[in-house]
Amino acid sequence: MAQIKNRLSPFFENITFDREDNELILNFGPQHPSAHGQLRLMLHLQQEQIVKAHPDIGYLHRGMEKMAENMIYNEFMPTTDRMDYIASSANNYGFALAVEKLIGLEVPRRAKVIRMMLLEINRLMSHLFWLATTALDIGAMTVFLFAFREREYLMDVIEGYCGARLTHAAIRIGGVPLDIQDSFIAQLKTFLDKLPANIKDYEDLLDTNRIWLMRMEEVGTISKEMALSWGCTGPMLRASGVAWDLRKEEPYELYDEVEFNVPWSDKGDNFARYRMYMEEMRESAKILYQTIDMYAACVKNGETELMAHAPQYISAPKLDIMTQNYSLMQHFVLVTQGMRPPVGEVYVATESPKGELGFFINSQGGAYPYRLKLRAPSFWHTGILTDLLPGHYIPDVVSIIGTTNIVFGEVDR
Amino acid sequence: MRAYKPKDNVQRKPYYTDRYWKAPQVAKFEVESDEVFATDLAAIKAKFEVSDAFIQVQQMTVWIHPSDIYAVLEFMRDELSYTQLSEMSAIDFLAQRDEFEIFYQMLSMTKRKRIRIKYSIKNGAAVDSVSKLFRCADWSEREMFDMFGIQANGHEFMKRILLPYDWQGHPLLKTYPLQGDEFAAWYEVDKIYGKEAREEIGPEIRDTSTIDRYDSERFSRLGHEVPKGTKITGDEPAHKESYQEDGGVFLITKLDRDNSKVIDDPQR
Repeated sequence: MAQIKNRLSPFFENITFDREDNELILNFGPQHPSAHGQLRLMLHLQQEQIVKAHPDIGYLHRGMEKMAENMIYNEFMPTTDRMDYIASSANNYGFALAVEKLIGLEVPRRAKVIRMMLLEINRLMSHLFWLATTALDIGAMTVFLFAFREREYLMDVIEGYCGARLTHAAIRIGGVPLDIQDSFIAQLKTFLDKLPANIKDYEDLLDTNRIWLMRMEEVGTISKEMALSWGCTGPMLRASGVAWDLRKEEPYELYDEVEFNVPWSDKGDNFARYRMYMEEMRESAKILYQTIDMYAACVKNGETELMAHAPQYISAPKLDIMTQNYSLMQHFVLVTQGMRPPVGEVYVATESPKGELGFFINSQGGAYPYRLKLRAPSFWHTGILTDLLPGHYIPDVVSIIGTTNIVFGEVDR
Repeated sequence: MRAYKPKDNVQRKPYYTDRYWKAPQVAKFEVESDEVFATDLAAIKAKFEVSDAFIQVQQMTVWIHPSDIYAVLEFMRDELSYTQLSEMSAIDFLAQRDEFEIFYQMLSMTKRKRIRIKYSIKNGAAVDSVSKLFRCADWSEREMFDMFGIQANGHEFMKRILLPYDWQGHPLLKTYPLQGDEFAAWYEVDKIYGKEAREEIGPEIRDTSTIDRYDSERFSRLGHEVPKGTKITGDEPAHKESYQEDGGVFLITKLDRDNSKVIDDPQR
């Protein structure tokens, strides 16, 4: 059919729907409840089988990299919350670590322990959220309710620490702003003691569930080569046969001092990824128990510092600001003009719950980053759908999107 | 006189910079200080032209010639076991030297090392696509095109990825404005009726609190509609209009016009 172009109908509306074959083009999203946010998938179908998939993203694009270029470093911290908003402290941390590496800061030990606690709580929250939503997509309502109940408890702990439940901004460049509250450890321990039984509940409900197995096993198989080529990281990569966890391989904070295992599988299917999340929750709990002991040791040794001492970059403690003139002047300059890291480039990757979260910063010595590139794992976990979906059937799309664990805050940034 | 604002970089500037401020440098180290990097660099140097190489924050940066990029990455992937392309993008240095810097962040899982491959291209030049080597570059290059307008030769689908296809401009350029376009309200009018119709049609009024009650064309007289173009003096009787079918809609109670209250105070 000839298309008539005129001034009234822009080109993107001139789509011809007459096709000669039986191929049906199905628009999945952007408002589909199991698209986990704003994912639009254009699926070319032969009967119910997908022959071509074209993920379309950008519905949540806020231009964070552009925003970063026009903000002082500390100002950007709350914006990172809005990337992977399921585990926002992990983003805060990735950014803080990148800037610390750039200016060469050493963070006090007590702050490191608190950061590790926050990171692992965030990992648990993220994995519980993943389990709940994916199970709900597949139809397992009970698991959804159970997992959200546990996540709620963790959010209460976080809320007690920083006052926010979702967008924490709980980490600062150079340390953490606050010590943990008195009830933190007790609350966390109560949760951790119950967690193994909770995880067992989920597994009892799912592991031998015929519907769950049919939707998960041998569906969405990603080969090792495909995972590496598509830049998959985190559970996506570990389920495909690469035991790669940045906490083990390039230890940051005190991860080299704690005992934990890196679960991995060579199956590469949905079920393998589901197992990764379950096992990682157990490992996180293990790490959290150890950080509680590390924190107790910090208290015992009288290590009270929470922020690094670097007057050129980091404001002095509140007490100094309120009592000493020079600290107040320094603070004023750092808040109004911002710190000016040295000229140079840095790429720092951390293991966020979704995978490798990287921050590339090019500093030209100014108060604003000259270029900041956010490497969000979900971006490529969405891209892989192009190659992963063809050959699968429509119901598989839902379970595959579920197990990729994509969050559109960080896909679109 | 208005303050001079450079057009080639419209990004925000710090309001004050000490005129004697000289930015320090992140320490650069010789590549020889790290054994693994030294071997890798020697292997790359044996086959390709390397203009600069150094270690910064535990990672090696290697500057190469733009035309070598595909071969270098292929060599690194197959011979040096840098199997993952973590990230790639560009940095805008158009204002300083009319160039983009392109970087590729490579990771070797067996050596646990990261190398950054970099090169510069002139404004308007295209890069060679590496999406045949690494599938993830497919999306990265599209994002780079979207944000900077840098084309990748040999890419199968060089279209915008995050922004709509009909978007104007490339947001991560330093010339891209930070504020919205104040003339955007006119574009629809221009496209459909032409620029000359601007005066006749007038600007679009989006603020509901400024609706003109004498306007008979823009639904500003709900409940008091008059035929289009009527000269409104202000003393017409309220025109009761029914919007529902005679039988009414299933499940919805019929609106009783006579016994209902019309709220005409916008500040209520």
